[in-house]
Formats: sequence, structure tokens, C-alpha cells
Amino acid sequence: MSEIVFNIISGIAYLVLAPVVGGLLAGVDRKISARMQRRVGPPLLQPFYDFFKLWGKQPIAVNEAQSFYVFGFLLFVIISGLFFFTQGDILLVVFTLTMASVCFIVAAYSSNSPFSQVGAERELVQTMAYEPMLLLVALGFYLNCGSFSIETILNAPHMNFIYMPGIFVGLCYILLIKFRKSPFDLSMSHEAHQELIQGVVTEISGRTLALIELAHWYENVFLLGFVYLFFAWSATWSPVLGLAMCALTYFNDILIDNCCSRVKWEHMLASTWLVTLVAGFVNIMFLMYMR
Amino acid sequence: MSLPALLTGVPLAAAILVFCLRGNGSRNIIVKIAAAVTMALSVATGVTYFGHPVFIKSTGTMLSTVIMAVDVIAALAILYYTLVKFKKIWIAALELIQLGLILWFEQGVGHSIRLSADLAIDNLAVIMVLIAGIIGSLIAVFSLGYMEEFQKEHPEVEDRRPFFFFVIFLFLSAMFGLVISNNLLIMYTCWEVTSFCSFLLIGYTQTEEAIHNSFKALWMNLLGGVAFALAIVWMGIEYETVELSMLINLGRSAQPVELAVALLVFCGFTKAAMMPFSGWLLGAMVAPTPTSALLHSSTMVKAGVFLIIKLCPVLGGNHAGLMTMFIGGATFLFASCAAISQSDGKKVLAYSTISNLGLIVCCAGIGSYEAAWTAIMIVVFHAVAKSLMFLSVGTAEQQLGSRNIETFDGMFCSMPGLSLCMIIGICGMFLAPFGMLISKWAAMKAFVDAGHPLLLLVLVFGSSTTLFYWTKWLGKITAYIPSGKNREEGIHGVQWLALRSLSALTIITCILFPLVSQCAVIPYLEAAYQTSADVIDRNNLLIMSMMVILLVVLPLRFGKGRKKKLVVTNLAGENSGDNLSYRGVAGQTVPVSLRNWYMESWFGEAKMKLCGFILCGSCLLIEFAIICGGAFHV
Repeated sequence: MSEIVFNIISGIAYLVLAPVVGGLLAGVDRKISARMQRRVGPPLLQPFYDFFKLWGKQPIAVNEAQSFYVFGFLLFVIISGLFFFTQGDILLVVFTLTMASVCFIVAAYSSNSPFSQVGAERELVQTMAYEPMLLLVALGFYLNCGSFSIETILNAPHMNFIYMPGIFVGLCYILLIKFRKSPFDLSMSHEAHQELIQGVVTEISGRTLALIELAHWYENVFLLGFVYLFFAWSATWSPVLGLAMCALTYFNDILIDNCCSRVKWEHMLASTWLVTLVAGFVNIMFLMYMR
Repeated sequence: MSLPALLTGVPLAAAILVFCLRGNGSRNIIVKIAAAVTMALSVATGVTYFGHPVFIKSTGTMLSTVIMAVDVIAALAILYYTLVKFKKIWIAALELIQLGLILWFEQGVGHSIRLSADLAIDNLAVIMVLIAGIIGSLIAVFSLGYMEEFQKEHPEVEDRRPFFFFVIFLFLSAMFGLVISNNLLIMYTCWEVTSFCSFLLIGYTQTEEAIHNSFKALWMNLLGGVAFALAIVWMGIEYETVELSMLINLGRSAQPVELAVALLVFCGFTKAAMMPFSGWLLGAMVAPTPTSALLHSSTMVKAGVFLIIKLCPVLGGNHAGLMTMFIGGATFLFASCAAISQSDGKKVLAYSTISNLGLIVCCAGIGSYEAAWTAIMIVVFHAVAKSLMFLSVGTAEQQLGSRNIETFDGMFCSMPGLSLCMIIGICGMFLAPFGMLISKWAAMKAFVDAGHPLLLLVLVFGSSTTLFYWTKWLGKITAYIPSGKNREEGIHGVQWLALRSLSALTIITCILFPLVSQCAVIPYLEAAYQTSADVIDRNNLLIMSMMVILLVVLPLRFGKGRKKKLVVTNLAGENSGDNLSYRGVAGQTVPVSLRNWYMESWFGEAKMKLCGFILCGSCLLIEFAIICGGAFHV
């Protein structure tokens, strides 16, 4: 019984706190990036100011349907995160996340504007690039812990990372795509120096754009949760290590973002699939024969 | 006995009636009534036999005489086409070989064999009967409207509609016979009839291409027929049985029946269009769309996978199982890659069918309880969603004059009803939380538990390429391009009836699939494997079906909120105001046209086919060499 209560509480905590944490992460990101470029950077709370500014704008749209798809994107990201934080099934999380990506892509397609469509197609290629690795992450946990359930994974007898270092490397690689960081920020970028017209979200403005920001904050939080799973086991001090590793991974991604320029889609697809094969799949084979 | 007899008899009678009463009016009535009765009969079969599997033995020699007669008639018909009409000597030779084998067997060994059951109606058979009965009948009804338009649009094609409907109903009749038979001789006969019917349907237009493709389908399926005949003869001589259930029992008691199993699986490959036999299914596109819908979704290819799924308990670790899973896996991956580079709607659908069949075959090859569950679930979901897709694309083709996906631009506005059907179909084909995804989920579990890392790799990459081509298509039809006129006029009422029923059926299957699993699939597997387990946790199944409900309800309530200011899109110059053109650099007006992405250099069809054919072909040869070696030298 207490377990159910705990799950409900953590689900509600996710709903309320994830946007706060996600927004702060975005603020930290901008601050650190600025410092790396020898700028002062915006205040830490700037993403929230931006969000509320967008929220108050006059509603403008290019068609009636688009905001529905964006809403679907937000909804499925939230549902996907809820499955994660209520310790549900990790495959279900991945599948629901895919559903969210499809909604996002269709939102961009629906405007029928050239810039938007280029963004949508690139986003689609990105999805195709990272999807195999994300599935392998889930399968790796299944092989290592004997279950897709996050509850079981969190209570593993040993640190998962020890048995799945290759899969962790693969996950870090695709997180660059998911966080929309250079060199893989093909479909849209937060940096003004990368593009003047912002790919997927070209035709989205005002409150709808704010919803997309919100969805990304939710998404980033539980993507870092995947990192956390690698360093969580039954030991009491593992949460500290897990959180530290999440922070380190995030910092690392910011660093790479500031060191790299955007690559062509061919390079992204080929390199991601290569990493999936070499790091992810070899690790999976290893786990399979260990069983 | 009466219900199975009616099930095969009614479509047969309808076929003959349609052929004899050639008027348009009478045909419209007969087809509708026959479709309704067939549907009712298949539901009645479902109600009667669900959960009560029965084995029926016919008394007397009536049945075997009829079967022999049908064999000979079908063979004569094939020989007429191959020898007299089109002079394809070597295809005739294939037919003569199997006819000779079967006749020789019947006269000699066949007489002494005692049968325990001719027909076996278990849950799997009932599922197949329901699929063929409901979807097949809907397609027949759809064809009434479609073929009328088709003949108007193609005056050069001779109007042979009585013949067309004759073959369709004959096909359904044979399909029913096929799935309920346990005696392999009966199954073989129905198998031959379906092969022959598909040959006739593909060649309907009698153009050079159609004739060429129909013979391609014929020789591939006859090759499978030869394997079928060989399997029967080998089993009859070695084990004195021609029953499928006996074969499975023998296999499970560790008797060396691998050769017979491998031959039957091979025969399933040809019918289910596994690489290297995928060519005939792609070629079948030349036929009018209802034909493709029938072949791809509910009948022809499903007969192939049906046989392989039946053999599931004896596949797995042995060489027949290895061959099945690797050929299925390779076909799944390469066909889904090849679909990316295609812009022809029907061709994308054809490749997607091949790739889904590959996944089904791969699961069946693994042979475990979970894998079999997955295979059956994919059969169900695929049949419903794919028939809907084919009928939608066919209708769009008639309205737009092209089936290129690029011409579906702006369908969302100009054909709202049809595009909704298509969206439901596409979502049903690949998207979470719809059915296909459940199957992928279970497949992953089954592959991990079976310990085949390579298949796992195939699955993760195959599913991401599947995502790519479907989303691309979805994006194309959801693009919002305002258009003044509605282009849905001219779609017949019967077409709408079929499209709407299938859309509803897709949604209902996706919502009720926990029930399908619990009431239909699991009881069958319990009987076949003598164990019981939930493949996917029941709570998760419920969550998935809740999400489908959410997705269906959501659009109904949306958009009632604040009014938005509508603006034009950002084009590469000044927008003319309607999003359809802009002022270019030199001041001239440039129309907007957007094209999708096909990645020819990465996923070109020829490249993927080459890889797939070499892999699958060599796998086939190697495994057969091992099996034959093992069978004859022990």
C-alpha cells in the first residue's frame, strides 16, 4: 500500500517540480555556456521570464490544427515521464516518448512551410538515429536486471553501470541529440548563431511555443533520469552518486555543445548508428552471454 | 460438420451465382447479400468454436473424392493457362510435378493411411476465419463501387467484372477451407486454389505487365506447392500420416520430422512473400486495388504465415526454426529500409506488408510461447490496418489520378474524410499506443529470452526505419493546405461503408486488444504449449488501451478554446497571402511545392533487395543442405 502512495506522491512531484527543475537546468545551461564564451550571460531565471512572456502573447497560428499536435506532444511527454517516475515499465516510457516525437514532427509538417518541413524531416532523421539506441538501453536493463520495471532496476544488487558501460556511452551519445546540442542540433537550436529560422518551430509562436519549451523541460528531466538509473542500486548513498553523474553528464553535453559545430545529417546518422552497434550492441551481446 | 461446410459452400455458391448472372444490378445485390452472409457465418463460427476447439472427421470417401477432383480441375486450369494460352512450359512442369506426386501418393500410400481428423477448428483457425470473413467481405463490398469507377476510368480494359467477383468469392471459400483443415491433403488443395486465384486476380487487366507479374506470382507459389507435395509424400511414407496435428505431436516428441517441417515452412515463405520470393507481392500492385487489399491483408499472405504459426511449437532451436527466424528477420529489416526510398503509395504499403510478415515469420521461427503470442497479435492488427490503408490509397488514387504520396499533399483539407481513414490506418500500423507497438514490445521480450542478439539488432533498427517511412507519410497527409473544393465527390457509398467499418474496426481492435489476447490467443497457446503466462503485464495492456481511448477522445474536445489570429506561413519570399505561392527574388510569383525525403543513396530499393536476397537465399540453401544431410544420413 505504501508503495502505491509513494508512487502517487512521486508522480505528483514530477508534475509540479519537473518544469521547475527543467527550467533551472536551462538557465544553468545558458549561464555556463555564456561563461565558456567569456560572456556574463542572462540571469538564472531567464528561461522562466521567457516562458511567461511567450505565454502572455497574442495567440497567432498558421492553421487550426497545429496547436493540437503541439498539445499532443506535451501530453505524451508528460505521460511518458509519469510512467518513469511512478516506476512503471521502461519500454512503455520509450514507446510513449516516440509517440511524443511523432506528434512534434507532425506539428511541424502540418504548417506546410518549407523551413518548418525541413526541420520536421531533420527531426525525423534524428529520431530514426537515436531510436535503436534508446531501445537497446531498455533492453540492456532488462538483460541485466531481469525486468523492464523501473522499480526492479532501482533495486538492483549491483551498480548497473558496471555491467553496461557501453550502453551508457551510447546513451550519452544520443542524449546530445535529445538535448538538441551541437553537433547534433540539426532540427532546431537554441543558439542564434546556428540559424535565423528555427527549424521545427518556425511556424509556432506565443503560447504554443511556450508549451513546446515546457515539454522540453519535462523531457530533459526524465532523460537525465535514464542516466540516474545507471548509477542507482540498493546502496543507500547511490542517489548522491546518481545525481552527481546526471550533473556531470549535463555539464559534459554543454561543453561539447560549445566545442562543436553542426554536422551534416549523414554524419549524424552514420555515427549514431555506428556507436549503437559498437558500444551498445557489443555490450548487449556481452550481457546476453553472461546470462 | 454443417457450419464448416456452409462456410466454404456459401462463398462458392456466391461465386457461381455472380459468374452466371452477369447484370450489374443483380451482381450488386448478390455480392452484398453474400458478403453479409459470409460475415455472419464467420461470426457464427467464432461464437460456436471460440474456446471449444473441435476436431472433425469426415465419414465415407466423399470428401477425399471431392478433394481429388478439385486438385485435378485446378491443375487442368493451370495447365490450360501455362501450356495452351501462354506457353510457359517450365511453369507447367512445376504443376505437373506436384500433381504427379499427389496422384501417385493417393493411389499408393495414401490409401492405407488412417486419419483421425480432417478438420481442426481451434482458436487460431477461428481468428483466421474472422479475419478472412469480415475483412474479405468488406473488401468485396468495396470492390462493387471501386470496380465500377475502375472500368469507367480504364475503358481499354475489358469489363470482366463477373469473373473478378467469381474469383474473389472462390478465393474466400478456399481460404476458409485452408484455415480449418487439419488433413494436409485438403490444405494442399485449398493452397493450390488460392495460388491460382491470385494468379487470375493479378492478371485481371491483361496488360503485358499484368500478365508477366501474374506468372511471376504463379511460379513462385507453385514452387511452394511442390514443397508442400513433397512434405506430404515424405510424411506419408516415413510416418504414415498426413495430419498437421500429428506432425506437431511427432515434432514435440523429438521425432526427426525436421525435413517435413522445413518443406512446409518453405512453402509458407513463398506464399508470405519472404525474400527472395518477395517479388510476386510487389508485382501484384498492377492489379486493381481491392485485389492488393485482399492479397496483402486478409487472405493470401496470411495463409502463408498461418501455416508457419501452426508449426510454431516444433520450430525454435532446430534448423527449420533457425531458417525461419533468420529469413524472417532479414526480410523485416531490408523491406522496411526499402520502403523509405519509395514514393509510390502502394509500393510503400507492399514493402511494409513484406516487412511485417517478416516480423511475424521471425517470431514464429523462435517458436516460444511469447513469440507465438506476438506473431498472432501482429497478424490480427496487420490485417485490419493494412486493408484499411489499401482501400484508402485505392480510393485516393481514383480521386486524384495518382497514387504517388507526393500528390496526397493537402489531403487533410481537400479530402477530410478519406485522410482521417488514412491517418487511423497509419497510426494503427506503427504508432504507440496502437496494436503494432504491443507486438514489437512482446517481440523484444521474446527475442531476448530466446537469446538471439542478432535478431534483437534487426528489431531495433527495423522498427526505427518503420517509424521513419510512416511518419513521413503521416506528415504529408496532415500538411494543412487550404483548398476551396472538396474532392471527395464520386466516392461510392459502398466504398465509404467499407472504409468507415474498417476504421472503426481498427480502433476497436486497438482498444479491445487485451480482450483479444485474453479470450482468443492465450487459450490457443495454452492448448498448444500446455503452459500459461501473461506475455505483457495486464496492467500495461490496460494502460495502452486507455491511451488509445484518450487519443480518440482528445480531438473531439479540442479547439473549442480561444480564437486565434490566423497568419500566413514564412516562405522564401513575400507570401502572396494564401500560402500557395510567394514573390521570388526577381519579382516573379513562385508556387510553393514541397517534396519529401527519400534517401535514395542510403536505402535504395535495388541495394536493399540485393542484400536481402543474398542473405535470405544463402540462408535457405545452407539450412536445407544441413537438414537434408541430417535427415538422410542418420
